[in-house]
Amino acid sequence: MRFLFDANTWQEIFGSIGKNRTRTIITVIGVLWGIFIYIVLSGAAQGLNNGFEKQFQNVAMNSMFTWAQSTSMPYKGYKTGRQIQLKLKDVSVLKNRIPEIQYIAPRNVKGVFGGSPAQIIRAGKSGNYAVYGDYPISTKIATKKIYDGGRFINDEDIEAARKVCVIGERTQKELFEKSDNPIGDYIRIDNVFFQVVGVHKFTPGGGFESDSDIYIPYTTFRKLYNTGENVGWFAIAAYDDADVIKVEENVKAVLKTIHNVNPRDDRAIGSFNLGEIFNRIVGFAKGLTFMSLVVGIATILAGVIGIGNILLISVKERTKELGVRRALGATPKEVRSLIILESVFLTMIAGVMGIILGAGVLSLINKMTQGMDFPYANPTVPIPYVLGALAIMVILGTLIGLIPAQRAVSIKPIDALREE
Amino acid sequence: MIEIKDLHKSYKMGSNSLHVLKGINFSVEEGELVAIMGSSGSGKSTLLNILGMLDVLDEGTYTLDGVPIKNLNETKAAQYRNKFLGFVFQSFNLINYKSAMENVALPLYYQKVGRKERQEKALKYLEQVGLREWADHLPSELSGGQKQRVAIARAMAAEPKVLLADEPTGALDSTTSYEVMDLIQKINDDGNTILIVTHEPDIADMCKRIVHLKDGVIVEDKKITQVRASQYV
Repeated sequence: MRFLFDANTWQEIFGSIGKNRTRTIITVIGVLWGIFIYIVLSGAAQGLNNGFEKQFQNVAMNSMFTWAQSTSMPYKGYKTGRQIQLKLKDVSVLKNRIPEIQYIAPRNVKGVFGGSPAQIIRAGKSGNYAVYGDYPISTKIATKKIYDGGRFINDEDIEAARKVCVIGERTQKELFEKSDNPIGDYIRIDNVFFQVVGVHKFTPGGGFESDSDIYIPYTTFRKLYNTGENVGWFAIAAYDDADVIKVEENVKAVLKTIHNVNPRDDRAIGSFNLGEIFNRIVGFAKGLTFMSLVVGIATILAGVIGIGNILLISVKERTKELGVRRALGATPKEVRSLIILESVFLTMIAGVMGIILGAGVLSLINKMTQGMDFPYANPTVPIPYVLGALAIMVILGTLIGLIPAQRAVSIKPIDALREE
Repeated sequence: MIEIKDLHKSYKMGSNSLHVLKGINFSVEEGELVAIMGSSGSGKSTLLNILGMLDVLDEGTYTLDGVPIKNLNETKAAQYRNKFLGFVFQSFNLINYKSAMENVALPLYYQKVGRKERQEKALKYLEQVGLREWADHLPSELSGGQKQRVAIARAMAAEPKVLLADEPTGALDSTTSYEVMDLIQKINDDGNTILIVTHEPDIADMCKRIVHLKDGVIVEDKKITQVRASQYV
């Protein structure tokens, strides 16, 4: 061990490495490439992972949506093909029967699932946009970012059925001048004046919502479009520890009993489960991370084997030098250590350079994708992974160095010297 | 200094065995300058290799400076070589990526001498062979004679008991050969024991004693009057 910390040893190694430059560079490139691929791949996988998480952060992961369709089986005297209509009173039934439900938001929309969008007019400008009737609770399930100075619909809006609305970024752009502050201003929705109370920032995250949507209180929507107790669909968030897939089944079962649907009729109630989608994406990202780990390790292995190969050739090339060293009094152990340490040292240098290069490329990709609509954020490689890779390289470098080192020692000094 | 008794050595060549040394009795006193002569195949290089612990003897005894040399493993042999022996080869065998000074300092490295002292000593010995100003040059930048002088400096740097030279002038022209011999004679004058394997009679005449080998046995062992190389330089 003392040998390792002896400055003389390192001088010999630096001498031998530094003065065989071509060999050193070729050797280093092999491992450098390996660790570079490893770092970039696992960093990129992590970046994608982070990107997906970022996209989903405004939606509760364990949320689901459910809506009614028409029946496909006759039941209790009702015939097939009956259109089911969800009602506002379903909310309390669902909440009572299924304790796992944390939030439930009845929602209505005009202009998304068939039906024409509402006509919006303001000061001579007009456009057609989807209008949602919402409760404030729906922001608990899918967060809405509201620009400064504005707000979302609140409970008083609901109670008084106020004619207020939250408009989208695009709606603002298309209806208002740049200099206008839309908050407090009025727009006409299907010929009824509404006061704008907020502008929401659109975050892409799947679903059917867009940056031009207009939100009005559920109660106002009901009056405006005469929808009564009807509900378009329910957005439901389960508690964090609940299994949303189970909740989805229960919700559908309860809705089927309320609306007299055959329990085996799978068509009558539709649903969509974000948790499942999210799990699938997380699984994909995990698979990607695993794959990058495997590919990276394999590439490092190939690089280290390359080092062994080149050292083997170099030992052959240096047979005479090693013979001279031994004639001058180098013990077999010293010769062996020289070759192994050269191997380990080259591996380490290559590894560190590869890590630095990989980190550079990762940060470059990060800069380039910033602001783009691409699920990629903050690509990082956890420190244990990096240290682990370095450790693997040192171990492999030692093991692979053993082969040329043993070969170097197995040549008798006299044979080595005789070789011309 | 060197004591060899009844030395036998044979090499296996397939099913045949080649008896190279057939009972050599031979001793060298301190301060001698001995030429070992013989035609090729006479066994002179084998004898030198055994003396240099680069090869092992089959039968007989070998004592170097009172130490019996037998049953050496590679590590022990390396340590003895480092401590007792300096080598000069026909093809110089300098390490081509090390400067003259680094080459000279190499045996000191294996003696675990510190870097500073190593460099000082190396420069001192380069000075002795007249190549101090070439200390930073690589072997490829030196002439044949200079390379051999660096090799001699390297052999001397370890301060060995015995200097073994295998055809030290074999690859040099006669003028350069005489320069090298002049250097070897001077080193011998300082009291160092030197053995030279050669097949050139003029080189052998510059030693103090000539041992003739033929077919694995010593046929002649005579002390001679040394011819000084300096007169030809």
